[in-house]
Amino acid sequence: MAIIRDMIPAFDLFQPTTVDDAIALLDEHGSEAWVLAGGLDSYDWFKDRIKRPKVVVDLGGIEELTGISDAQGGLKIGAMTTLTEIVNHARVRSEYSLLVTSAEHVATPQIRNQGTLGGNIAQDTRCWYYRSGWPCYRAGGNICYASAPKAMNREHAIMGTSRCVAVSPSDTAPALVALGAKMVVHSGGSPVVHDAEDFFIGPSIDITRMTVIKPGDLLTAIQIPADWANAHFFYEKVRDRGSWDFQLVSVAAAFQVSGGTISDARISVGGVAPYPVRLDSVERLVSGTTGGESVANEAGDLSVQGARALRHNDYKIPMMRNLVRRAVRSVV
Amino acid sequence: MADKLIGTDIAPPDLVAKITGRAQYSEDFRPDGMVFAKMLLSPMPHCRVRSVDVSRALAMEGVIDILRADEVPQREGPRESCLTDEPHYEGEPVLAVAAVTEEIAAEAIEAIDIDFEPLPFVLDPLESLRPGGPTAYSDGNLYRRVPGAEQGAPATFVDFKWTEADFVEIDAGRMPSDAEAVSEWSKGDVDAAFAGADLIMEEAIVHQSVTHHPMEPRTNMAYWENGKLYAYVSTQSAQRTKAALAGAVGIDPEDVVLIAEYCGGGFGAKISGTTPMQIPAIFSRKINRPVMLRITRYEENYVGRARPGFQSWVKMGFQNDGKCTGVDLFIVEEGGAYGSGDNGTAGAIADLIYTPENMRFRAVSMYTNTPPKAAQRGPGGAQIVSMLEPILAKAGHQLGIDRLQMRMINAPDADVEFGPRGSTLTSVHAKEALEQGAELFDWTGKQELSGRREGAKLSGIGVALSPYTAGSRGFDGLMIIRPDGKLYVHQGIGNLGTHSIADTARPAAEILGLNWDQVEIVWGNSSRGMPRSSVQAGSQTTHAHTRANHAAAMDAARKIRQIAAQALGGSPSDYVLDNGRVSRRGGGAGLSFSQVAERAIQMGGEYDGHELPEDIHRETVPSAQMLAGEGLMGVAKDNYGGDGGVYTFVAGFAHVEIDADTGVVDIKEFVGVTDCGTVIHPRNLGAQLYGGCIQGMGMAMTQRWVFDPRYGVPFAKRLYTARPPGFLDVPLNMKWAAVGIADPQSPVGAKGIGEPPVGAGAGALTAAIADAMGGTCLCRTPLTPDIILAELEGRESPFSKLDQHVG
Repeated sequence: MAIIRDMIPAFDLFQPTTVDDAIALLDEHGSEAWVLAGGLDSYDWFKDRIKRPKVVVDLGGIEELTGISDAQGGLKIGAMTTLTEIVNHARVRSEYSLLVTSAEHVATPQIRNQGTLGGNIAQDTRCWYYRSGWPCYRAGGNICYASAPKAMNREHAIMGTSRCVAVSPSDTAPALVALGAKMVVHSGGSPVVHDAEDFFIGPSIDITRMTVIKPGDLLTAIQIPADWANAHFFYEKVRDRGSWDFQLVSVAAAFQVSGGTISDARISVGGVAPYPVRLDSVERLVSGTTGGESVANEAGDLSVQGARALRHNDYKIPMMRNLVRRAVRSVV
Repeated sequence: MADKLIGTDIAPPDLVAKITGRAQYSEDFRPDGMVFAKMLLSPMPHCRVRSVDVSRALAMEGVIDILRADEVPQREGPRESCLTDEPHYEGEPVLAVAAVTEEIAAEAIEAIDIDFEPLPFVLDPLESLRPGGPTAYSDGNLYRRVPGAEQGAPATFVDFKWTEADFVEIDAGRMPSDAEAVSEWSKGDVDAAFAGADLIMEEAIVHQSVTHHPMEPRTNMAYWENGKLYAYVSTQSAQRTKAALAGAVGIDPEDVVLIAEYCGGGFGAKISGTTPMQIPAIFSRKINRPVMLRITRYEENYVGRARPGFQSWVKMGFQNDGKCTGVDLFIVEEGGAYGSGDNGTAGAIADLIYTPENMRFRAVSMYTNTPPKAAQRGPGGAQIVSMLEPILAKAGHQLGIDRLQMRMINAPDADVEFGPRGSTLTSVHAKEALEQGAELFDWTGKQELSGRREGAKLSGIGVALSPYTAGSRGFDGLMIIRPDGKLYVHQGIGNLGTHSIADTARPAAEILGLNWDQVEIVWGNSSRGMPRSSVQAGSQTTHAHTRANHAAAMDAARKIRQIAAQALGGSPSDYVLDNGRVSRRGGGAGLSFSQVAERAIQMGGEYDGHELPEDIHRETVPSAQMLAGEGLMGVAKDNYGGDGGVYTFVAGFAHVEIDADTGVVDIKEFVGVTDCGTVIHPRNLGAQLYGGCIQGMGMAMTQRWVFDPRYGVPFAKRLYTARPPGFLDVPLNMKWAAVGIADPQSPVGAKGIGEPPVGAGAGALTAAIADAMGGTCLCRTPLTPDIILAELEGRESPFSKLDQHVG
């Protein structure tokens, strides 16, 4: 079969208006169904004719999946809430600005108008071997092209790899991990709540998926607990261009600071692994300190322990180390 | 010239159509019975079609036909055809399918059973030069006449190799000093210059290949009617595109009706005919239905051309006062599947911006199995300015001399002679541009920023001088004053967004005493008549066609005065032209241009174009004949003559801040000042200057192509991975200015502006980054955060100094 790209093949389009209808459609069509949120990842796959679902379930008409509401002192964000809505939401801005900052770093204003929080965290990796339709591990094959000796892997992982070295592309994912968010996934008809750091999975758990979402599952909401509201936040994303670019490395951090001392911290790094990496050991190191220069330096060094570079991504080690240092220094 | 229209801002005639969406690009046409073509692209960098079975595709409902390589013109040697059975790059079109919808055409492509035989390939020209290394063509890597062969002897493939000893050097990251070149020239005694120099700089430098990626891909549509080819194409030029397409399809240019009213950019990738343009033309002739070939962004990445990359070595000698006395430059150029020759201009421009008395230039351009290369905005010049200006910054650091002072000492004057033939120029005001730019940028006040470190922020300032060709001579102008009293200026140049269709007509309006609302521009449809024109490339148009339209307007003015004198008495010289009237000087009788046009038609002969000047180009004649009798015709060849090349200069100044923790560069400020002669349209000039500089910033900082060396295929195929600069990559603080001294060899005095800014944008940044890093030249572009951070952190580089196409 000859290959052609940039032309979406036909599919059956379903546009349910309730979550129940959407779940029923996913049950009915099983692995042949594709869940469509903002479409920014999906249409790329469709245009390239690499992912070719028979059935597309468009969530765009389900009102109950949109909007931000108060819940248990924190927030509940519908999976179909656009990034622009999140960025403009008064309470998110005042209490959870970490999420706002990370969402503002997604792509472009046009993409943020169309892209949803659910889509942003559920999106697939941008490894260009995989996205070009090569039969790699993640695509069901038995090789990783990106980790071959001469491969082009400047943007790939330095930790958390297992056969596949692709990275999680989501900008909001590290922020959600740092905020202790929870994802509500309807699986087999009933909702299951996952901690953010468990929602994103590495290839050692399932090499064909970036999250716990399996075919037939539906992500309906993201819960932000009250625990980290108004904490001291730090976010920085390094990318090649100032817009419309995925992270090379990003750091999202939340610190509870009392009397100049860090009482608790959650730090997560994007762009270095197949999932946002939570830095538990660094969090323990900085807790109880004032986040000064020497602690920051130690935290940076600790964060990259065990990191292993591929041929072209050694720079990510000092970049991650320096960003973690900055995050800790920001407390002072 | 008077200055009623020259030097003022106007709204170009296509503005409303563009911003309201009424402008029709080639993709917007839908003639009755039109079908869509889709292409089957090569999946490998070099292969041969072993077998094809199209029976399943042809049996599909809605599929009309298939076009194969043996149905389109094929040429000997390394020359491109629109379809081929031996592709030489991944993405090269192999065959095309026509169907009633694009969706069916795409399904049909997938239903074709095709088998390719993989063939050896090479991506890196240095690998092709290695003894025993692969070659891009089965028969060799260089296509040339055997040295010493008779004139006119046919070229053949040769396998051109360097020695094992050369590769001991290359593998150590150094370019061998005495490797064999394919082209070379020299002047003076470069070795003696180095022996007497106070400072020698020697660097291996890599400039990446970057795709053109214009906003509009090269979509084309064509049909045949009464033996004529109607071609709706995306092209930079117009009249010359018609001839190029006719030649490619093998018909008389007068049998082509070319419609190209709008073009969404080209940057050199759509100069005249484009290769995919042939597919709808040939396919529609075969199936006798209009054929639309919509090129997608993915396809444009392959067939849309790229600037060739350079792997090079330079040695420069300087005196203690900063003057460069010798340049020894060796460039290995990645020629892609069908060759390129940017290196020649690069050598000449290196000579022009450093004015050494002694220079040696050597180059090799190798065929490689990468998508085809073509001129890209400032071809050769933009690369070399970006590559060499940081070396000047480094030399300045070592000599303790201000970099602006070094730039000034080495800048050319009006009497400069440069390049292999000692070329001269019509006008040079490079130093005025540098001085004006330094003032606007406050170079003196910013000295404290040079190499300053505050926390993690490293500051640097840089200056670059970027010259490029900006004019040509001898084309025709064609215009008519119709009985409605308006001037219709027929333009054979293209409309790729530069507004030169309007701006080059302004001298004509000025000469004829017309207000701008009394002028209509006729462009974009060859059936309405086009004079022989320059290609819309090489930044020629503003210079060439202000001259041509000046000549034709002078012809019209002479005829108007003669008609007035004949009608109203006196001598032609008694009459003046103003506001659409010809009147006797000092008041008195006159005629409106409507009356003049009617009289011209009655008088016939030369007045209405029934008799034409003998020296106009034969390609102008049919257009002029077609328009004869419709009004008073101004038609003339630009015979103003001239001596020397026409070059515009741009001085670029940049202030950058590097984040030493991340390697990210923040461009804080940019200033560009140009010597481009008389300013015709200030707002448009500023837009071109900024646009070119920003394109250069992208070239220096973000834009790249990446190839997997094992499989020979490119990545970064989409706009978001190719990374042209975006809004947030551009400094908020940008300023421009023009020296504004007329070129003495043009009656209008204007020089072009399209290309020279690119090198200024790129070179000012590469120099400023070198300055911020304390005079360290990274000698590689793009200067992405990983490369800068690895240098600042002292990490081991994952690639050699000379490696190309790295991630």
